[in-house]
Amino acid sequence: MKKIYVNEQWCLACHLCEYYCAYANSGLSDMVQALKDKPLHPRIQVEQRGTVSFAVNCRHCSEPLCLKSCIAGAITEKDGLIVIDQDKCVGCYSCIMACPYGALMPSESGVMQKCELCATNSHGLPVCVQGCPNQAIVYEER
Amino acid sequence: MQYVIIGNSITSVGCIESIRKHDTTGAITVIGEENHPIYARPLISYLLQGKTDEQKMTYRDEGFYQKHGVQVLTGRRVEKIEVEGQLLRLDDGSSMQYDKLLIATGSIPFIPPMKNLEEVEHRHTFLSLSDAKELEAELQPSSRVLIIGAGLIGLKCAEGILERVQSVTVVDLADRILSSILDEEGSARVQTHLEQIGIRFHLGDSVREFCGQEALLTSGKVVGFDILVLAVGVKPNIALAKDAGLAVNKGILIDQACRTSNPHIWAGGDCSEGWELLSGERRNLALLPNAYMQGETAGYSMAENEQRFENAIAMNAIGFFGLHIITAGIYQGEDLCFATEKGYKRLFIKDDHLVGCILIGDQVARGGIYTNLIRSRTDLRTLDFAMISEQPALMAFAQKVRSEQLGRAQ
Repeated sequence: MKKIYVNEQWCLACHLCEYYCAYANSGLSDMVQALKDKPLHPRIQVEQRGTVSFAVNCRHCSEPLCLKSCIAGAITEKDGLIVIDQDKCVGCYSCIMACPYGALMPSESGVMQKCELCATNSHGLPVCVQGCPNQAIVYEER
Repeated sequence: MQYVIIGNSITSVGCIESIRKHDTTGAITVIGEENHPIYARPLISYLLQGKTDEQKMTYRDEGFYQKHGVQVLTGRRVEKIEVEGQLLRLDDGSSMQYDKLLIATGSIPFIPPMKNLEEVEHRHTFLSLSDAKELEAELQPSSRVLIIGAGLIGLKCAEGILERVQSVTVVDLADRILSSILDEEGSARVQTHLEQIGIRFHLGDSVREFCGQEALLTSGKVVGFDILVLAVGVKPNIALAKDAGLAVNKGILIDQACRTSNPHIWAGGDCSEGWELLSGERRNLALLPNAYMQGETAGYSMAENEQRFENAIAMNAIGFFGLHIITAGIYQGEDLCFATEKGYKRLFIKDDHLVGCILIGDQVARGGIYTNLIRSRTDLRTLDFAMISEQPALMAFAQKVRSEQLGRAQ
């Protein structure tokens, strides 16, 4: 299955992936309208220190600890894609307790959110990857 | 092949899902005492709080049993396990053969003796959906609710009902709240938060006697109430296993493949006692992730694709009125403390390994990075510990490790 992988040496710390993610999951078709003067809640986050930077998002683990720890049964797996049903989520933080990568976080509404590879929004393909100017994140089979 | 599972909750689901990864044809039967299909048990407090409903709190989709080819008997109780003939006796007089059996009978409320308890009319426990619905049916805006137990169950119940009643008072024998998962500083912070929201506490105290609608406490205080909730704790439900002659301690003893002392019987979840990673001892870890993973491990073993569950630790994520808490591991060794106005963090380090953590408030973000250090027994000398103790981040790992984490299929 194709997933997002990180080429750390190419990351420019431009944070564009975060902007593209927030836009892609906003439900709005206009990027400016989606982002301007609004707090961003991206599902991909850039870690940065000195000259080192890289983006972190859900690894879509084959043994997803978030799914096994979810007290609501809100996290499910389908053909390798790990998705969260935000209607079922009660915001208990069990997935945050479990994820080894720190890849889940609360959404604006307080329930959890995670990268779903843009498979569950209107874009279909990861918009962060399309927006990365230096191929520091790629979407491929490994 | 006839797989039978006693119990219809999280462990049972873990078991069904892993059996079906390797055996798509064997018959699976689940016998559940409750009259409900599988539901997310820890959500009962959220149900009372209005943050979920019965439809949403189904732990798996409606078609789950059918999709996995599982026959379910709800509202049926197993009365006896006859290990010689590999036979179950059910409460309706019928019997059922098994080739492989999983005992996932969960836990039952532990209720210490209290004088005149039986005479309290409006008395509840808070462990099942039925418990929650029975409690809900009695709640009135004028109700004064007394909860015995300031642990996870008692305080989630308090959160669930506070807005719907006149008052909630909590009594606990321990001198601080959540004493099983927090240190003193953590307990104090969470207690202050809960008191500000309106919950009253009588700690280091217990009920000496019930007298009509009053509880007389050991300290001499008197607490009036209309509804009583007993939430002192739970104990493993091992009656069937014990009666069948399986090896038990507090829980049913299991190995790392979740086998019991009988070669045809497995156990997992709240009723069991398996190996805990950090103590190297058997512990009863009555926690949801553990329940799922033990069920899953048992299922793999039952379907003859044995995998061992070797890194079980205590871990909890819980929140009250917006204040979130993550705890994991054991609280031993040296410790590091970080306190902010809105949060608190304490890390426990032993022999160059992280063995425990307490994260509260603004310190919970990305807490799984710590939990993973504990579960994976990562040698802290292989990473930048000063950096990661300040904030959980992948940046603290060696570049080579990180390229594995983010560059390889997980």
